[in-house]
Amino acid sequence: MSSSTSSSSPVKSTGLHVGAIKPGVAKKDPILVADGVRRQFGGLVAVEVEHVEIPRNAITALIGPNGAGKTTFFNLLTGFDQPNDGKWSFNGKSLAGVSAFKVARLGLIRTFQLTKALGLLTVMDNMKLGSTEQRGEKLSASLFPFLWKKKDAEIEDKALEILRRFKLDEKKDDFAASLSGGQRKLLEMARALMTNPELVMLDEPMAGVNPALTESLLEHILNLKQEGMTVLFVEHDMHMVRHIADWVIVMAEGKVVAEGAPDEVMKNPAVIDAYLGSHQDIDLGTVTGRVTLPTLPKEK
Amino acid sequence: MDFLGILSSSVSFILAPTTLAYALATLGLAVHFGFGGLLNMGMAGFMALGAYGYAIGVLTFGLPWYLAAFVGIGAAIVFALILGIPTLRLRGDYLAIVTIAAAEIVRLLLLSSAFGGVTGSADGLSGFNGPGGTITNPAEGAGGFDQSNPIPAGTYGFPPFLDNERIWYLRIVGAIILGLAIFIVWRLVNSPWGRVIKGIREDEDAVRSLGKNVFAYKMQALIIGGVLGALGGLMLAFSTNVNSSVYVTSLTFFLWTALLLGGAATVFGPLAGSIIFWVLQAFLGLLFPALAEVGLMPFSTIQASQIKFIIVGFALVLLVVFRPQGLFGNKKELTFVK
Amino acid sequence: MRTRSTMRRRIARLASALSAFALAFGALAIAAPAQADVVNAEMPFKVSGNVQNQGKPVAGVTVTLTGAAGYTATVATDADGKFVAGVPAKEADYTVTLDETTLPEGIAVIDNPATTFVEANVQTVTVGPGGRATMNFFIGQGERHTTSFVDQVVQRLISGLNFGLMLALASVGLSLIYGTTGISNFAHAELVTFGAVATFGLVALMGPGLLWLAIPIALILSAGLGWGLDAALWAPLRRRGMGLVQLMIVSIGLSLGIRYTYQFFIGGSTEQLPGSDAERFKLFGSVTLSITDIVSMGLSVILIVAFALWLSRTKIGKATRAISDNPSLAASSGIDVDGVVRIVWIIGSVLAGFSGILWAYFRPGIRWDMGGQILLLIFAATTLGGLGTAYGALVGSLIVGVLVEGSSLFIPSDLKYVGALVILIGILLFRPQGILGRKERVG
Repeated sequence: MSSSTSSSSPVKSTGLHVGAIKPGVAKKDPILVADGVRRQFGGLVAVEVEHVEIPRNAITALIGPNGAGKTTFFNLLTGFDQPNDGKWSFNGKSLAGVSAFKVARLGLIRTFQLTKALGLLTVMDNMKLGSTEQRGEKLSASLFPFLWKKKDAEIEDKALEILRRFKLDEKKDDFAASLSGGQRKLLEMARALMTNPELVMLDEPMAGVNPALTESLLEHILNLKQEGMTVLFVEHDMHMVRHIADWVIVMAEGKVVAEGAPDEVMKNPAVIDAYLGSHQDIDLGTVTGRVTLPTLPKEK
Repeated sequence: MDFLGILSSSVSFILAPTTLAYALATLGLAVHFGFGGLLNMGMAGFMALGAYGYAIGVLTFGLPWYLAAFVGIGAAIVFALILGIPTLRLRGDYLAIVTIAAAEIVRLLLLSSAFGGVTGSADGLSGFNGPGGTITNPAEGAGGFDQSNPIPAGTYGFPPFLDNERIWYLRIVGAIILGLAIFIVWRLVNSPWGRVIKGIREDEDAVRSLGKNVFAYKMQALIIGGVLGALGGLMLAFSTNVNSSVYVTSLTFFLWTALLLGGAATVFGPLAGSIIFWVLQAFLGLLFPALAEVGLMPFSTIQASQIKFIIVGFALVLLVVFRPQGLFGNKKELTFVK
Repeated sequence: MRTRSTMRRRIARLASALSAFALAFGALAIAAPAQADVVNAEMPFKVSGNVQNQGKPVAGVTVTLTGAAGYTATVATDADGKFVAGVPAKEADYTVTLDETTLPEGIAVIDNPATTFVEANVQTVTVGPGGRATMNFFIGQGERHTTSFVDQVVQRLISGLNFGLMLALASVGLSLIYGTTGISNFAHAELVTFGAVATFGLVALMGPGLLWLAIPIALILSAGLGWGLDAALWAPLRRRGMGLVQLMIVSIGLSLGIRYTYQFFIGGSTEQLPGSDAERFKLFGSVTLSITDIVSMGLSVILIVAFALWLSRTKIGKATRAISDNPSLAASSGIDVDGVVRIVWIIGSVLAGFSGILWAYFRPGIRWDMGGQILLLIFAATTLGGLGTAYGALVGSLIVGVLVEGSSLFIPSDLKYVGALVILIGILLFRPQGILGRKERVG
């Protein structure tokens, strides 16, 4: 059943860290650095990350049992939620207090666990929305088509090229609502590419995706790295993590409990503990990646 | 029973100033809700500010009518800003309750005797379209909206559009404003700006994650729709007196009915919806009492004249349940976000 | 033949003249099919007058009007010494009280020899069939008559509690419905009106002596209405999985339809229930209370306690709370969600209906849009307490009730609802979970 075995093994980036491997280890060339980021809901501490660095031009997986605070951490990093405490920076620029849309403009683009394809817009309009260069989006310019028509044609060409890669070009005039769940995931990723991002953060890109599509999704993620982008993704599918990730960060109960290359980190007792602590019914084999995990109830 | 007379009176509402006023305000709602997804239930407040701003501009500040009109529009913009800055981050149904409450506050302030000297309190304001001048100095009037009418006195047209020069002037001014408004809205929603606004309607977080300043776009939509609402109120004020009892919550609900009739995410739907709404209102409002009078309906004529409102209410229910895209909307492009 | 064609021409001319009339002058009338239908009671009639000090107008003097069973309005004189107040009914008596503390130092109302009243600053006017009445006050050197501030505060507080308890009956129902179905039910106002209108109809049918029987029957009819609306409309829409926004607009349409149906049957005037003119007796100082006030508050408390017991003790009550907390979890743990929601509609309608009967005594009077007048206050109370939490709605209602009644001590009484609406907006902005609600987790 596992779909990724058929593709040839991707080239892993190695030597990303500096010094001994431990949670919060420094990276040679970090793109994103978080320090003391804490988010509390009432009495519950959802995220408390002391220090973490995301390596540039590599694929990093963020894993952990349900309720570990992965999605909340994503929200905090991208400005969709504000932490009670802490600082974090992207390319050396502090993102504390920067609103979500400005974070996106800096080149840090995210997708959502529950896909947010804009259902009643066409696939092409979804793509065009990703572009950051259209001055016709300004109210003052929008009334004068001669100011934006040419740019719109350029954007459309670029969108078509990306859509072709994602095999969505035939659907370009359909409403996004008519796509399948997997196609919507693809569309969301394609749309993110329209913004020319530096760091792409994918929240469970494989969740709910038809097995027939997983392979192409994996390839697209690997392509991002080849094109010089950095990828950080949350995933429950350990098989996928082992297959494509260069680096793995493990979260449990809001904290980073382990880091390392995929094969090593899976053997780390802290990781096995974290998973066993919350899912004692799960066979250790699934955790270490020999079997695909059963579909777990999704984090809110 | 004079069926032809009833029909002709009803048809005359196609070009009535009130219909044009409704169409303008409904177009504003289309920008808010149909394209921007903003659940504005306080359109009556925007209309009231447009109408009262104009009337007060003439009567209290002694402005010429065309400058006073901008007082009304300016008041609506300020209202949109005050309302929007804190509320635009609220969930849809919360926004609905906040806007309805804000519009009621506007109405209660206009009704209160505390500001009666400026607003006329329960009596409302009148005489601002005439040669007028201010309340305190009626002599200095330089000529108001009525005096700007270039059409010579007389009766023009053919039945059922046989009317005097004032009505024709109102129609022409209204049609020009509405035509311009429809053109601008059409341009806007078919531009990249419109694409962003429609994206926000579908999922504002997704649009935010693509680097768009969602708040600014929503605010722009709120202001544009609010100005259209104020223009609707202005149109009502051009044609008659202003009174706070007009700008009640029901008015907003009637606008919503007209909007959903025509199709919320369409540019011409608001006009079509307003025409249908008013022609039907007039038709039923004349037909039922006439039927009651000749004994074909077992009610008093007063009761019969109220049936049309009952029909409006239940028609709104049926529309939302069975034809949410409106009479002219695209079935696929249902405007309701889940 | 000839006469007929002239007739037709004449009719045509008449019709076109009529339509022109409708266009030119009727726009206002047609654009205002509902007069002031929300929050502020319609006050079509007027009491006005002058306050003069030896022929010169006195501005800023507070004048309070009171009328049958609870009507009060406070207005101030303008620069010309004039005051105007709207009153709810014609052919009725109103007491006009001039607050002498608002007069300049050293002067008071001169005893008017034309009246037999001892206190010259308290006068009675009769609004005749014309709907207008005048009451002039003449000021000069003299002694003042004062109502102590404490008395006023106590009076407002009692009135506010009464109003708040009445609101609570309506808002706990709205809150339960919101909690279990997610509907912001605008038609709740019509459920409120229904109780009063049904009682009125039954009294007309059975005679005023059977009021004690009419009220329970009206409540049974309310229950039937709630059941019917859910069975015929809301349950099918729920099964279709209709979105919350659509449901809200459906409730708006329903509200308009039902409201005008009431108007169709009872007309546009204000009618009274038997006992609304009950005498007021003096509690202490100038604080007065009527027997209907006491009965009204007593019954509210009994009903609210019964409701709280139902919600906390019975199986269905517990199921209701479970659904409010987490509908899908409740459904998967074997609770019959549809059945419970049906019961919630029935109970919500009965409470709203009873609240309508009390509102008819408090306003006083029955009108086709009486529920709509307090709908936003009910929303405010529900929101203040935390949307979907029944106990919160109770607390919120009491706060809104006291606030609305108390605020007229400080601001003009025709603005007393504004305070509550401002609070509604403020709560939605800064603490949408209400004072008793829990904060939702984001993300």
